[in-house]
Amino acid sequence: MERIGITLTVNGAAYERSVEPRRLLSDFLRDDLRLTGTHVGCEHGVCGACTVLLDGDSVRSCLTFAVQCDGASVRTVEGLGEIGALDPLQESFRKHHALQCGFCTPGMLMTAMDLLAKYPLSTDDEIREGLSGNLCRCTGYVNIVNAIREAAGARGTDKA
Amino acid sequence: MKPPAFSYFAPETVEEATARLAEYGDDAKLIAGGQSLVPMMNFRLVSPAALIDIRKIAPPDAIEESGGHVRIGALTRHRALETSPLIAHRIPVLAAAMGHVAHLAIRNRGTIGGSLCHADPAAELPAIAVLLDARIHAARRGGVRTVDAGAFFEGALWTALEDDEIVTHIDFPLLPPGAGWGFHEFARRHGDFGLAGAAVTVSGSAGRASEVRIALLGVGETPVRAHAAEDLLTGSGFEPDEIAAAAAAVRDGLDPTDDLHASADYRRHLAGVLAERALADAWGRAANGAS
Repeated sequence: MERIGITLTVNGAAYERSVEPRRLLSDFLRDDLRLTGTHVGCEHGVCGACTVLLDGDSVRSCLTFAVQCDGASVRTVEGLGEIGALDPLQESFRKHHALQCGFCTPGMLMTAMDLLAKYPLSTDDEIREGLSGNLCRCTGYVNIVNAIREAAGARGTDKA
Repeated sequence: MKPPAFSYFAPETVEEATARLAEYGDDAKLIAGGQSLVPMMNFRLVSPAALIDIRKIAPPDAIEESGGHVRIGALTRHRALETSPLIAHRIPVLAAAMGHVAHLAIRNRGTIGGSLCHADPAAELPAIAVLLDARIHAARRGGVRTVDAGAFFEGALWTALEDDEIVTHIDFPLLPPGAGWGFHEFARRHGDFGLAGAAVTVSGSAGRASEVRIALLGVGETPVRAHAAEDLLTGSGFEPDEIAAAAAAVRDGLDPTDDLHASADYRRHLAGVLAERALADAWGRAANGAS
């Protein structure tokens, strides 16, 4: 079986692995690195559950091959915060009860991180448009929008 | 599902990439952002023997003005087009269309070269390329050539590119000073491919339209220009009844097919409505439009 050596950084830690070219980044993270916080839903780019940050940009890890990430820096939900020291965005999700079953949550969080970095998010319409690539079948999105609105507001205060 | 096994190459130059293509022929696929290709591989609709990753052959985002056009490198990502001040200033209809392309995570990865070569008839970039008569530059071993966008799209997911050719860059003509533009698209869900869409540019002087362009997406095998409707409006004052007559000509000129998402009749109707809105917007934005 053909394998390719890759070196990449995930959540600040350097990894060197040998992978099959067809290894999806999502499976590489979950199965090879045992970082199972990234969830795999549809495997064709529709549900958004597998969203991670690749060199700072949100991407579908199921639509990215691990070999394409040689030399890259990846951030997953495990890199956001930890119990007792959550990222402010995670704290806001917790406060607003922005999750029920939790399956979509890693993708929601990583997408929201990118939205917070790139967009003003001054209206709910803008937040909803930003979330349109992430499916949630529990919450009805209302609490997710509430959580991101508060995180966006706090971000504005920090920077002002 | 998981994609089938393939050999992987990451050449560092166009020459190396075209040599690989020449070696594998149609058993190879180029991958840039992979946002159309990887889903097809995951579904096993496509099973290339070799994947040639072209991310190293050129800078990721290259947008520059030269002469009367904006030259865009094939590896330029949708997100870069969406946020480029140069595109917003010089080709605003392209910037407006980018907001309709899928979702942020897809726009972060997908490239203009990939979108044009994938040639989905409902995609925005092929329609804008056809609207503006963009010129698509392709390289192969031992040569380069330029293909007009109007001749590039030959069918659904089918282009004039040969198996061993790589798109290197695309030239988009600048909109003439004072030109107006409009872009409307309708999709069932935000970020989905549109059921239909219409893109328009118009130049006017002394209250009369001097050049009108209308391109439609999602209503045929390729993006199409609505030449009959353009001719009707050229020289007109863009009065409401004239716009309505042009929209009717748009509808009459289309022959979409029924599919799971919409009937042919609905698509035809929708294209007319969207064209009418895009025409009105374009005229409203044209500097010399108002009489």
